[in-house]
Amino acid sequence: MIYFDNAATSYPKPKEVGQAMMYFLEKVGATPGRSGHRLSIEAGRILYQARESLAELFNVDDPLRIIFTLNVTEALNLALKGLLRPGDQVITSSMEHNSVMRPLRELEKKGVEVKVVSCSPKGFLEPQDIEKSIRKNTRLIVLNHGSNVIGTLLPIIEVGKIARKYNILFLVDTAQTAGCYSLDIRKDNIDLLAFTGHKALYGPPGTGGLIIGERVDTKKLTPLKEGGTGSHSEFEEQPDFLPDIYESGTPNIVGLNGLKEGVRFVLAEGVDKIHQHEKNLIIRLIERLKEIPEVTLYGGDYRKEQVAVVSFNLKDKWPSEVGMRLDEEYDIMCRVGLHCSPATHKTIGTFPRGTVRFSMSWFNTLKEVDQAIMAIREIAKSV
Amino acid sequence: MKDNYSVVIFYSTSAAIRAESLAQKANLKIKLIPIPRHLSSDCGICLQFNNEDKQSIKEILKKNKIEYENIYKI
Repeated sequence: MIYFDNAATSYPKPKEVGQAMMYFLEKVGATPGRSGHRLSIEAGRILYQARESLAELFNVDDPLRIIFTLNVTEALNLALKGLLRPGDQVITSSMEHNSVMRPLRELEKKGVEVKVVSCSPKGFLEPQDIEKSIRKNTRLIVLNHGSNVIGTLLPIIEVGKIARKYNILFLVDTAQTAGCYSLDIRKDNIDLLAFTGHKALYGPPGTGGLIIGERVDTKKLTPLKEGGTGSHSEFEEQPDFLPDIYESGTPNIVGLNGLKEGVRFVLAEGVDKIHQHEKNLIIRLIERLKEIPEVTLYGGDYRKEQVAVVSFNLKDKWPSEVGMRLDEEYDIMCRVGLHCSPATHKTIGTFPRGTVRFSMSWFNTLKEVDQAIMAIREIAKSV
Repeated sequence: MKDNYSVVIFYSTSAAIRAESLAQKANLKIKLIPIPRHLSSDCGICLQFNNEDKQSIKEILKKNKIEYENIYKI
């Protein structure tokens, strides 16, 4: 079996991830931050260690500025709905996932101005186009780092500089890059970094978070939800300190112990080494796909940096048909269709048809790439 | 020997656990314990340390901007 659907959820996971989850269920079990007994304290330590490992990965000074959420979608919703008010303008790109676009379209109905800056058909964004869209009421710029459809990267460092220049906050959706591409919240000029645990951080589904940078005033970022935190229990109002202000209710501590191990795995292997391996895979895949005459490839020049995601179509074949045949005849798992991002498909010219998407991880091999290419060749030639 | 110890009471368990992690890295002998009943009605935890380490503990808290409610001798 070949699993090429890592942009949706990575599989397999390092074995330590599942072991840590089982360890928690069998040996710890308790709720962190609520009681004073040793199992609760141990659960609290696990939660803290998960934050600490992420802080190391993203170069965050204070691990308590890392807020855990269900996934990157919840993290993005917290940032967007927590910050934007009627009359504010927000700038984004035409390459965003629905996890950004849908909350923005909802906010638009409530009076937030949404400016979508166009990317080129190859998926590139000119930072000056962002700068030209800045108005007096611009409150936030939000961009994805790596495209979940074609794997191209947006120029976050440059846009981050522009955001600083105009004193605007900058939110980055790192769903496709956290863990496989070097990210530094300070060097990259990021104010709010949204990540998911279940992709290149190799944690389980149900884990993710939002990192609150030093420039963010938490008084102006309202929580998505209020509730029990184990702190300030004598008051009926939500506490105002991090992380409790944004973390109500019992967290997914089982999943977060798994995520902690996933992140430690990434740190031990090294982001640069993982990135280099995935780069080797994607270069081989794209080179071989280019040799097949029936293949139309989307996105930029692969020699520029990109994540291990590629989209293509076969002449006279529906993506859904290709996907089904890859699964049933060749045991290859991939994703076909619109990949939750109609904006990207309109930008690259594949709306509403969609594409076939291959996305790889640290656990894929060059041999698997070659096997997949043989399968694509056969399907392309078949009537 | 009980009067050789003090405790730091924090606003949250996360802060207490962060202080524990940082104090451990500085090789200080510390322990997380339930907050003594006479100090607070809260059911949370606090960080116990030897009185002789008071300066080091305070420096760690200051350097890492960890806010705390108070320090008590016990």
